[in-house]
Amino acid sequence: MTNLVYLVPLFPLLGFLINGLFRKSLSKPAIGIIGSGAILASFLVSCSLFGSVYSATHGNPGQVIPTTVLFDFINTSSFKIQFAFLADQLSCLFLLIITGIGFLIHVYSTAYMHEEREEHFGRYFAYLNLFVFSMLLLVLGGNFVIMFIGWEGVGLCSYLLIGFWFKNNNYNYAAKKAFVMNRIGDLGFLLAVFWLLAKLGTVDYHEVFSAASIAKLTPTDITAITLLLFVGAAGKSAQIPLYTWLPDAMAGPTPVSALIHAATMVTAGIYMIARSNVLYSLSECAQHVVAIIGLATALFAATIAIKQNDIKKVLAYSTVSQLGYMFLGLGVGAYTGAVFHVMTHAFFKALLFLGAGSVIHAMHHEQDIRKMGGLKKHLPVTHLTFLLACLAIAGIPPFSGFFSKDEILAAAYAHSPIYWGVGVATAGLTAFYMFRLYATTFLGTFRGTHDQEHHLHESPSAMTIPLIVLAVLSVLGGFLGVPEVLGGGHWLHHYLSPVITSEKAHTLEHSTEYMLMGISVALAVVAIVIAVSRFSKRPQLDDATGAGKVLENKWYIDELYDAVIVNPLLKLAGFLKNVVEKSGIDGIVNGTGRFVHYFSRQLRLLQSGLVGSYILFMVLSIVVLFLVFWNQTIILQFLQKIF
Amino acid sequence: MPIQYYIALAACLFCIGVVGVLVRRNAIIIFMCIELMLNAVNLLLVAFSKMYHGTAYAHDVNSTAGIEGQLFVFFIMVVAAAEVSVGLAVIVMMYRNVHSTDVNFLNRLKN
Repeated sequence: MTNLVYLVPLFPLLGFLINGLFRKSLSKPAIGIIGSGAILASFLVSCSLFGSVYSATHGNPGQVIPTTVLFDFINTSSFKIQFAFLADQLSCLFLLIITGIGFLIHVYSTAYMHEEREEHFGRYFAYLNLFVFSMLLLVLGGNFVIMFIGWEGVGLCSYLLIGFWFKNNNYNYAAKKAFVMNRIGDLGFLLAVFWLLAKLGTVDYHEVFSAASIAKLTPTDITAITLLLFVGAAGKSAQIPLYTWLPDAMAGPTPVSALIHAATMVTAGIYMIARSNVLYSLSECAQHVVAIIGLATALFAATIAIKQNDIKKVLAYSTVSQLGYMFLGLGVGAYTGAVFHVMTHAFFKALLFLGAGSVIHAMHHEQDIRKMGGLKKHLPVTHLTFLLACLAIAGIPPFSGFFSKDEILAAAYAHSPIYWGVGVATAGLTAFYMFRLYATTFLGTFRGTHDQEHHLHESPSAMTIPLIVLAVLSVLGGFLGVPEVLGGGHWLHHYLSPVITSEKAHTLEHSTEYMLMGISVALAVVAIVIAVSRFSKRPQLDDATGAGKVLENKWYIDELYDAVIVNPLLKLAGFLKNVVEKSGIDGIVNGTGRFVHYFSRQLRLLQSGLVGSYILFMVLSIVVLFLVFWNQTIILQFLQKIF
Repeated sequence: MPIQYYIALAACLFCIGVVGVLVRRNAIIIFMCIELMLNAVNLLLVAFSKMYHGTAYAHDVNSTAGIEGQLFVFFIMVVAAAEVSVGLAVIVMMYRNVHSTDVNFLNRLKN
């Protein structure tokens, strides 16, 4: 079955080519069917791959999944890089998430983007398919180079999709920002890959993570490589300091946000670190950095999310915060927990974004939650699924978010109680801002215009069915990883154990675990009660003042970046352009031209046919000859001296 | 009179001649400037031969030293006269053809 691997990325690629090339001649239903069908086909192949991988290794964890080599990508005398796919436990899990949720998002998009003109509709689906293709390449790649190809691919597609409505310049700036910030991270990734190549001569996963290769690396090498990889991960997965692109990425259509935030792109960093867990476990320093950055991002983004008034911005900061959680999990060695959270987060964050999209659709592209309220009775399906997702992300048992978040928190507690404390505080904030969003949007009375209220309607079934499917997943997804303390066997842990070989086993007393869960759940419940009671009744949300103002403006981080990095760079660029380029480089280039031109003009006099100039040269030559003869002793002495 | 005066005068005349040749475009004036240079040289020849003859005469009354210089002057005059006759003929022909004695005008011939 493993030779079917290449089919998984092939289908979205074909979908991209068909929709991209024939976008002007295909009808909208055809485009939708091709776009969604390609992902569905990939999903089916992924399911069969998953089944074969599972049955091959079930009860036989020592078996190594071989890499499928398609062809030699780079072949030199000193190293060889193959175009190879590796469909092992970890990548199969990601394949299912990407293609499964990706398919739902595609179906949803057919309804959400229905107002677009046909060629834009086709362009949209072509981009979406290319996005999924790149992400599949990223997780399927059998070595770091193929991963990097997919890595760059998702970066490109996020640029294309964030700037999808390219007539709005602000959206283009947002796309550009995402692109540039990702490139900063990619530099780190590339350097890490080069470092590996220089030290080991190979980038193949099986070879890099083998004991023989690890023995060749000094601790400094490992720390440097892992930190550089983390720079890449921080760019793609929006961690401090490279996170500001992600909230701006809301400029794209809402299903795109769901795709970027739930199934693809931002989970790439988590995937990459989970994939390299062998290296990370060998570097204490890198682990600390990952955990601290993750934790700081989680808390920081959560504080910003409290005061945002744009429905999608709240969700965007929530994503940044949840990604921080995942990095915390990776940093404390709970790799399975992080992957588990990726999965559950994919379910409920996709649901939240698609629900938000449904609200925006009903409100005629109004995104400000201050103008919503009381949507509960108008949008019953959206309301219910959104509520389930909010409960899941807030960590209320037995919804999926509870299990994954709690696993990370327990691992953090085993590592250091301080990590746990900050993590739990963040969880409380998460519950608070999610239910602030829920209450202001769906509860209370409607605050929009009369016209908007009149047109409120539940979305078509192409949008509600994905919502319902995702809601079921959000509710039940957590049962894949029920921890031992609650009587479960943690299926996911066993499933991933062949890939994640370096998991730190945290040993906590069962009573301690119960206490930790109790505290986090109690905190979440309190936060929900406060949020609902405070925001459901109040008809108007005042403009923030004081500390709230700072939060509303996202701690002024964008302004800080502008002042510290962007503007000096622009000044430098202006200086280089106006001074160095114009007078320096241009001066040299034009000067050379002018010099040659001048001398050619002078030389031209030698054969101009004008008697006057001939005579002038003659006279000048005679003068020179006289000077030479008069001073010939001095000249001879000089020549003798230098030769 | 000291010889330096003659040399200075001859140099001045020669320079005037050179500059005239270089800057003027009228063929006749260029001709006259060439004559000026030739005459500057003639003047020098006469002056040097006279000086040479003077020093030789002090030792020997029958000395003919310096006569070559005088002879050269005559040669130059003859050659100059011949040149002028040919040159003027050329200039006259040129004027007949193009109604101008501007030497630069003639650089068309190069094409």
